[in-house]
Amino acid sequence: MAEEKQEEFWRWTESNWRNPDLNWTNGRFITAGIDVGSVSSQAVVMVDGQILAYSNMRTGSDSPNSARNALKYALEGLEIGEDRIAYCIGTGYGRVNVPMADRTITEIACHARGANFIYGPAVRTVLDVGGQDIKVIQCDERGKVTNFLMNDKCAAGTGRGMEVFADLLGVPVTEVGERSFRVKEEPSAVSSICVVYAKSEATGLLRKGWTTEEVLAAYCRAMAERIHSLVERVGATPEFAVTGGMAKNRGVMDRLMNIIGIERARTGWDTQIAGAVGAALFAHALCRQGKGGKKGLDPR
Amino acid sequence: MITAGIDCGAKNTKTVILNDGKIIGKAKVPTGFDQKEAVKASLQKALEAARIKREEIERIGGTGSGRNSLEAADTKVNDIKAIARAAHYFFPNSRTVSDVGAEEGRAVKMDERGNVVDFAINEKCAAGAGAFIEAMARALEVTLEEMGPLCLQSDKEIPMNAHCAIFAESEVVGLIHAKTAKPDISKAIHDAMASRIVSMIRRVGVSEDVVLMGGVGRNSGLVEAMKRELNLEKIFVPDEPEYGAAVGAALVAAHEA
Amino acid sequence: MLANYGYKDGSGDYFITIDTDRCNGCGDCVAACPSEVFEVLDEDPNDPLRDEPVAVVAADKKKKLKYECSACKPVSDRPPLPCVEACKAGAISHSW
Repeated sequence: MAEEKQEEFWRWTESNWRNPDLNWTNGRFITAGIDVGSVSSQAVVMVDGQILAYSNMRTGSDSPNSARNALKYALEGLEIGEDRIAYCIGTGYGRVNVPMADRTITEIACHARGANFIYGPAVRTVLDVGGQDIKVIQCDERGKVTNFLMNDKCAAGTGRGMEVFADLLGVPVTEVGERSFRVKEEPSAVSSICVVYAKSEATGLLRKGWTTEEVLAAYCRAMAERIHSLVERVGATPEFAVTGGMAKNRGVMDRLMNIIGIERARTGWDTQIAGAVGAALFAHALCRQGKGGKKGLDPR
Repeated sequence: MITAGIDCGAKNTKTVILNDGKIIGKAKVPTGFDQKEAVKASLQKALEAARIKREEIERIGGTGSGRNSLEAADTKVNDIKAIARAAHYFFPNSRTVSDVGAEEGRAVKMDERGNVVDFAINEKCAAGAGAFIEAMARALEVTLEEMGPLCLQSDKEIPMNAHCAIFAESEVVGLIHAKTAKPDISKAIHDAMASRIVSMIRRVGVSEDVVLMGGVGRNSGLVEAMKRELNLEKIFVPDEPEYGAAVGAALVAAHEA
Repeated sequence: MLANYGYKDGSGDYFITIDTDRCNGCGDCVAACPSEVFEVLDEDPNDPLRDEPVAVVAADKKKKLKYECSACKPVSDRPPLPCVEACKAGAISHSW
């Protein structure tokens, strides 16, 4: 619509990665996890439970092709055909649209498992803030879910809500975090939870003379408070791990962790791949249980 | 006796002037970001429409979400009470009234004299208010006035997945990409909206006659969808339904004078 | 496992919690609910390793619980909730 000619403030970088130290040709089971979210899709390819490659890209309007494209992007430069993959699990909002999946598992179970892998077995609470949902998951040392909540009804606090706001203020979504801290004094949160009403409120604040950075800070604070109330329902026990795209938004995350009062766990992995990692791990577990091996595909 | 009612809403500020129970003037101005200015402007325009002077008004009742900035008002009128009074004024046989404005929805159950028996409020979520239909009109690239008539052209039943104005916008874009006809999309939007409003009404209990007020009352598609959802032959909507609460405030002001 | 189905939006918190450790998939809640909010699935979508059937909040209902449950939650004289009463294992609770 009107924004086509302007800069696309919602755009973030798509990426893929290959493990330079892993030789897949000797691997027993190659498994894949594909997480098709409403906003972004990830594919993770594992060899015997180790990450070989992954991709992270925008889902776009064509869900069925997203799974295919994500897997292709992950396997870029690798001579692995789809038929070499012993077991593939689809997860995420668009998991019914993963044509090469042998099975689907909801993202709740996959995120817990994936967080357990990328953050370590000390993780007990996983917060995933994705494009159109917020999940709070409590798990045990094996990554098994003990308590969870998923909010996918309301845009407030989600990536989409943030994109809409960033667009309103003309700030690229990747810069929101850093710019929200360029304020003399931390303002109080915008009073509306609803993104639609928060937008009007923000416009009013700008007219009153607030800077863009101050409005950003007020909105990030409101989102942090909202996510916190969801976290409280399930409980926040260390270690606390954050997955999903919003983990990269310091503006919301730093404020949130401040309210919760715990330090975030750290990882070198891209937080957005957690769901796909969990799916690939479940695929591996199922292979080892003898349920895998597509078309009897077991090189040994 | 001449009284006035000012309803300072999220989108528009409405003023109605009554003389012994008869509407002699009314005006509507966008509330914008300065509620005090909007109230002044709305009152001024209504005075001009009624061709009277400010001093001739004996009492002003103020209501709406901005009612605390109504210095002009002599009395602050609770919006639930205002709605019930107005519904009774327009339709003496009404027992349930729903008032849905730009940002808030209310359902009130009344007795035969227009007193409030029970009420439910739906607030702070655009999905339950006029803001939802506005956002959907933008997504469909039609005007707000076109939404209702567009919906009446369809008889398909397409359930909407999203119950949030932001997510619904993406869903509508998806439906457009999938080449769904605009009337069908409009109907899906109105059906979803109607089911939300009706479930709020059900919380106070449905008793005929049922009245709908607020700006959304102008939307013929929504009225039809609500009739379907409630399984009623008729829902009563006053002319210019957005003035409902303002009329109620003027009536309460007269009663208290 | 505590499965919290529902949402929080500007107007409030609306969650139905099913304690799957207590739930045995008997389906009494399905029969008791006038709005078809519950269903029993053979495979728990959130617990791939569970053997027993389990009750879940239906996928097409969990985003509109405030509206679906309004029939059982009038503003005045609210009776005990049919689903909570029907569940002998006490696995169901509501946040509002």
